Amino acid sequence: MSLTDLTRQAGEWLRGAGAMHDVVISSRTRLARNLAGMPFLSRCTSAQQHEVEQRLRREVLDAALTREMFYVDVAAAGPLDRQLLVERHLISRQHGAAEHPRGVAVSSSETVSIMINEEDHLRLQVLRSGFELDEAFAEINRIDDRLEERLSFAFHSRYGYLTACPTNVGTGLRVSVMLHLPALKLTNTIEKVVHAAQDMHMAIRGLYGEGTEAMGDFFQLSNQTTLGKSEGQILSEFRDQIVPAIVDYERKAREGLVRQQLLAADDRIFRSLALLRSAMLISSEETMYLLSLVRLGINLGRIRDVELKTVNELFLLTQPAHLQKIHNREMDAAERAACRAAYIRQRLAP
Amino acid sequence: MKGKCEKCDRPATVHMTEIIGGEKIEKHLCEQCAMTAGITIKANVPISQMLEDFVLATSNAPEEAPLSCDYCGITFSEFRSKGLLGCPNDYDALERQLLPLLRRAQEGADHHVGKVPSRAGDDQARQTNILRLRAQLRDAVAAENYELAARLRDHIKEVEP
Repeated sequence: MSLTDLTRQAGEWLRGAGAMHDVVISSRTRLARNLAGMPFLSRCTSAQQHEVEQRLRREVLDAALTREMFYVDVAAAGPLDRQLLVERHLISRQHGAAEHPRGVAVSSSETVSIMINEEDHLRLQVLRSGFELDEAFAEINRIDDRLEERLSFAFHSRYGYLTACPTNVGTGLRVSVMLHLPALKLTNTIEKVVHAAQDMHMAIRGLYGEGTEAMGDFFQLSNQTTLGKSEGQILSEFRDQIVPAIVDYERKAREGLVRQQLLAADDRIFRSLALLRSAMLISSEETMYLLSLVRLGINLGRIRDVELKTVNELFLLTQPAHLQKIHNREMDAAERAACRAAYIRQRLAP
Repeated sequence: MKGKCEKCDRPATVHMTEIIGGEKIEKHLCEQCAMTAGITIKANVPISQMLEDFVLATSNAPEEAPLSCDYCGITFSEFRSKGLLGCPNDYDALERQLLPLLRRAQEGADHHVGKVPSRAGDDQARQTNILRLRAQLRDAVAAENYELAARLRDHIKEVEP
């Protein structure tokens, strides 16, 4: 398995399955861990950064955490490969852009990724398609247990797992759910959801986490606090309260659209599909925006000749680094716009 | 009553008269400088922010030595500017100043109630000892004292889990 192989498929977590997959694209759990007795990354000497990378690379790969894992030395990878990993949510943008020794171990299904020397020494991540938080947590907890048999993590009797930034201390657990909320957006009721989430101390952000704008009606909802609540409590807030409520709002808004504004909704949906099927030049942003409406059309049962999985794949494979990897060469924005349009036309051909 | 702020060029909006030792002193300040001087407080600031500022202002009082970590050397103000701590010991070393911030970020919580690693018996004293040895090693390398560095490296290998 290599990085180039990744461009031939969308990750397992984008297969458009799992509970509530009409609204919940994916569920993610992340744990932040640091080695006991070692400074946090920002204060490591370069020799120590190197030592941490070497040691964790060895331990993570030797621990046989999943059936097949491959390792990418991110520091040695080219800019296109780094961008590819970011686009696939396997590393963070910060990890891609940094300079120091670092890497990522990825399971061949791409459901598990383990970043070494990100903000913390270890950032474990498990992704699942649909609303499958409990399964994602069970998996990450198993991996964490397995690593703890080999490594000693910085832990404090009062503050729990110690992290470089105090916003992660305690459980080190960040839970994120990626939501597709086109009907709430179309009916201008998204603000209510954003406020409800904030009232519950949840963060609501764009597709690529912190500091990114919501694109094409996709929102990432995650917990803000990691201390003073058990892992189970953090999960249950998502499972029992906020996510079912948002899913319910979105579904009701979709029903309302069909009942009251079907012609207007159909107009947007089928115009979007027609544009995607006939554009000669198209940007990433416009693609996201149009695909979002096509995805809504499929979920409403209006579009029947396109599969949800195809749309999910297109979200991923039409991004800049993916297009360039597929064509195996660097391209400027204009070239990419033409390639993207051609690729979409081919994948969505009736 | 118009005029410019005594400390900057903005218009003065806060005017006060103090009598110190029988002498009348008039002060004319803009809102910004009045806030900085602690004479007024900004409206619509959440109470938690005010409390934090108050705690920080008192804990930053000049008579107190600034907190720093013996092992990684980070000071509280360095942490404030970057948002990242330097080593696990900082949670104890900077605790007094860190705690109000931590509580604010964590909805008031300051105790972990979640998972405990199976090797939690691997106690903090031991972890801190390794941090201390690593700090000594770093300093030995910087001072080009390679003999000491080699001894420390071996010692770390022995005690490390």
